[in-house]
Amino acid sequence: MRPNDRMNITLFIPCFVDTCFPEVGRHMVRILERLGHRVTCPEAIACCGQPAFNSGYWDEARQVAGKTLHHLRDAEAVVIASGSCGAMLKVFYPQLYEGRPEAGAARALSERTWEFSDFLVNRLGVTDLGARFPAKVTFHDGCHGLRELGIKSAPRRLLEKVRDLELVEMTDAETCCGFGGTFAAKFPMISTAMGEVKCASAADTGAEYMVSNDSSCLMHLQGLLSRQGKPLKTIHLAQILDPQ
Amino acid sequence: MNARDRILARIREALTVPAPKPGSHGHAQEHDGGHGHGDSSAGTRPIGFRNRPVHVARAWLPQGGSTPAEHLARFAAASAELKTDFRCVDSEAEAHAALRRIADDEGWRRVASHHHAMTDAAVAALGRPALFTDGGYPPDDLEACEAGITTCDVLVAQTGSLVVNSRSSGGRALSVLPPHHVVLARRDQLVSDLTDAFQRVEALHGQQWPSMISLVTGPSRTGDIERILVLGAHGPKKLTVLMW
Amino acid sequence: MSIAAQQFLEAAGSITRNLRHRGLIQTALRKYEAARDRKKSAFNDWSAARQSAAETKWDAINHLDTYLVEFASKLEARGTKVHWCPTGPEARDTIRGIIRDAQAKCIVKSKAMTAEEIHLNEALEKDGFEVVESDLGEFIVQLRQEPPYHIVFPAMHLTRDEISDLFERELGSAPTREPEELTMIARRALRRKYLQADVGITGANFAIAETGMVSITENEGNARLTSALPRVMVTLLGIEKVLPKLEDLALFLPLLATAGAGQTVTGYNTLYGGPRQPGESDGPTEWHVVLLDNRRTELLADPEQRDALHCIRCGACLNVCPIFRNVGGHTYGTTYSGPVGSVITPHLRGLQDWKHLSNASSLCGACTEACPVKIDLHHHLLQNRRNAVGDAPSWIERLAWRAHAFVVNTPALYQFAQEVGRIVEPLRKRLQGTPLDPVQSWTRTRDLPPVAGESFKEWWRNRR
Repeated sequence: MRPNDRMNITLFIPCFVDTCFPEVGRHMVRILERLGHRVTCPEAIACCGQPAFNSGYWDEARQVAGKTLHHLRDAEAVVIASGSCGAMLKVFYPQLYEGRPEAGAARALSERTWEFSDFLVNRLGVTDLGARFPAKVTFHDGCHGLRELGIKSAPRRLLEKVRDLELVEMTDAETCCGFGGTFAAKFPMISTAMGEVKCASAADTGAEYMVSNDSSCLMHLQGLLSRQGKPLKTIHLAQILDPQ
Repeated sequence: MNARDRILARIREALTVPAPKPGSHGHAQEHDGGHGHGDSSAGTRPIGFRNRPVHVARAWLPQGGSTPAEHLARFAAASAELKTDFRCVDSEAEAHAALRRIADDEGWRRVASHHHAMTDAAVAALGRPALFTDGGYPPDDLEACEAGITTCDVLVAQTGSLVVNSRSSGGRALSVLPPHHVVLARRDQLVSDLTDAFQRVEALHGQQWPSMISLVTGPSRTGDIERILVLGAHGPKKLTVLMW
Repeated sequence: MSIAAQQFLEAAGSITRNLRHRGLIQTALRKYEAARDRKKSAFNDWSAARQSAAETKWDAINHLDTYLVEFASKLEARGTKVHWCPTGPEARDTIRGIIRDAQAKCIVKSKAMTAEEIHLNEALEKDGFEVVESDLGEFIVQLRQEPPYHIVFPAMHLTRDEISDLFERELGSAPTREPEELTMIARRALRRKYLQADVGITGANFAIAETGMVSITENEGNARLTSALPRVMVTLLGIEKVLPKLEDLALFLPLLATAGAGQTVTGYNTLYGGPRQPGESDGPTEWHVVLLDNRRTELLADPEQRDALHCIRCGACLNVCPIFRNVGGHTYGTTYSGPVGSVITPHLRGLQDWKHLSNASSLCGACTEACPVKIDLHHHLLQNRRNAVGDAPSWIERLAWRAHAFVVNTPALYQFAQEVGRIVEPLRKRLQGTPLDPVQSWTRTRDLPPVAGESFKEWWRNRR
């Protein structure tokens, strides 16, 4: 790596990853630093504003998003640890600020923001991180990453290069797990039924792990699997890719 | 203001504000381009509103073939899938022989038809009592016939369909009330796709449209019970196409 | 909360636990998916075909006045009576008047969602007419006195055994497990009706402006018979059904069939351009085309969601929707269920009463991906949520989101909240499963991950 290939990466760790899954963020920091890049994590921002946005409270969402927009204004590249929060920054900020003075800043941030696996494969051009993970896994496509950001092949290309890992696709890989943010709490019965369909599809592959690039989906799925005493485990992509 | 003018006024009022054109949602819709940075191809295609060339779209549809032999092969394959009994024979006499065999096998007592050189010859060759629907008929008599024998306007290789109409194919009911619909056709009536078929229909009838034009694709069918295919839901259980 | 929202929550609560229902719907829709994928692969370019369809419908809807006038005048020129109906009651009264004038007794009807929308059957039955649904699935749900479960597959929630029991009870037929025999029972029962009926009522899939014709798509032949034998024909359709040209069908018929049912084209696609014409041997002597607005113009007036009027009612968005697949069609309590129903019902029947349907979505976007005319369905659900809050915000929720914004924007408060989470975790665990658990809507079916001993941000600070 030439010195000027070295990037200044701003890692955006969303609130639930920070609070409940800090290891996901730690692995991302190590992976990006080992590739020779400088990583910073702005401590002042905690949330992208999506919960309020999805609930229809756009004014309140802008209260949160405004701060994020401000703190990320000079970032060279923003890498975000969730496809869903990534969609918020990349797709929904421009809508949230359409016709407002911040519209230009929102569009500029959108251009510089990357979901983690997308960044590795399509910005850095890296697929082999030297990791080894001796297990059979199946991959869950988080809907926002898949359909808002168009990310399908990047996480799979990364998994293909992991030693001793066997990737088996499930029938319902692209079916929503039922998390959906506040949906999971407002309509728990529907959310649970959807999660059960997803887990059954993953279990049918005989995989030990269900992998995803979105901790929010995994929080819901693991919660369901643990409660039902199922042997299938969930794991974030970054945890597999970091050779430690 | 009458109801018509009220509705039209509301429409015109609503349309004073323009709507965004299709494909301008600005997010990834077709995934697996590999990255989330706007690889949607939607916005790049030429949009020709009003006076747009209609048959541009035909290139993107399932194809019917470009030579008569391809058309024939495609129509035969589609017919097999649809469970249409399609027989391409060498002469009108052979078609009549085939028709006689079917009539014998099924024990037809009385057939229904309409006057046309092709149908008249076929009914004469059958030598069975016949109801001709031209000029009106008692519906109960038609219901009692075992077969309806008609001509058609055009046949479509792409879809395995044929077109009948209320003026020159014996009315609205002849091709749908009897349990067996037999269509007599010439090879030059077979066209490649629906675009060609609609052009042919327009050329035949555009000066004076019949009140009904029906694109028939296979015998009557339903999947309303557990999505299991059953033929002969209300219309013909059998559709035979005799072509020479 | 509106009555409709309460009913939705109750119905969803019970049906999502019904594993038999879940299995039945999954099995049926997996069959659909396999067939659809096979047919999609026969397209040279599915996505370009969708784009072309979206452009065609954009053209039609954004010049709706011009095309409707062209459509109606061409129809009238061939002796069809066109009725313009701004509301459901006006459409209902128009049709009741036609039927009274015809001195009809028996009415046979082929599938029409617009008729469901204006509750036509109930009105006609109240007037003392016998109305017989002729589509097999509709016939079954009519016998059960329930609305269609799905806009394309009305009886997909029933097993053959339930249908056999129903026919035995209502028609006196012998029990059977064969779908073919069940179909033949219905065929025999309906044959007499076609021959007896004085009036046939149909819906329509497309209205062709250029030639003044409606196009009706079906598989069974019941719409063809409904339009062939009775002396009076009535066709009820929404004003959004227009397509500019006859040739547009060459694109729309394969798209509709592929997306809707996994077929190359549907069994019968029939164009009607008038009542019986001089020299024709049969067909109705009178044809009435009833054009229904019923607040479609309200949707038209919303440029952001105008593309919802592009809908060709193929049902693809229902079929792929994980919400629909788990709650089923009846839970919605609407004529149009699934994603498109959740988008348009608030416009057709009132946002505040029906906003819960827009909230009852994980916004996964499978609907938008499946839509053959590229309606931006799941984003419209987001817009409905925003509009509902804009019209009538809940002050409790607004306060909660302001508090949330304040906490996440203030690092010290945010850390304090995490600390509180850590401290109350053991207590919360003890309360888990009781009504005192503050997050019971989550924990009733799922474990909640504990707050980590060291948050990422703490690790990051300590590391430096």
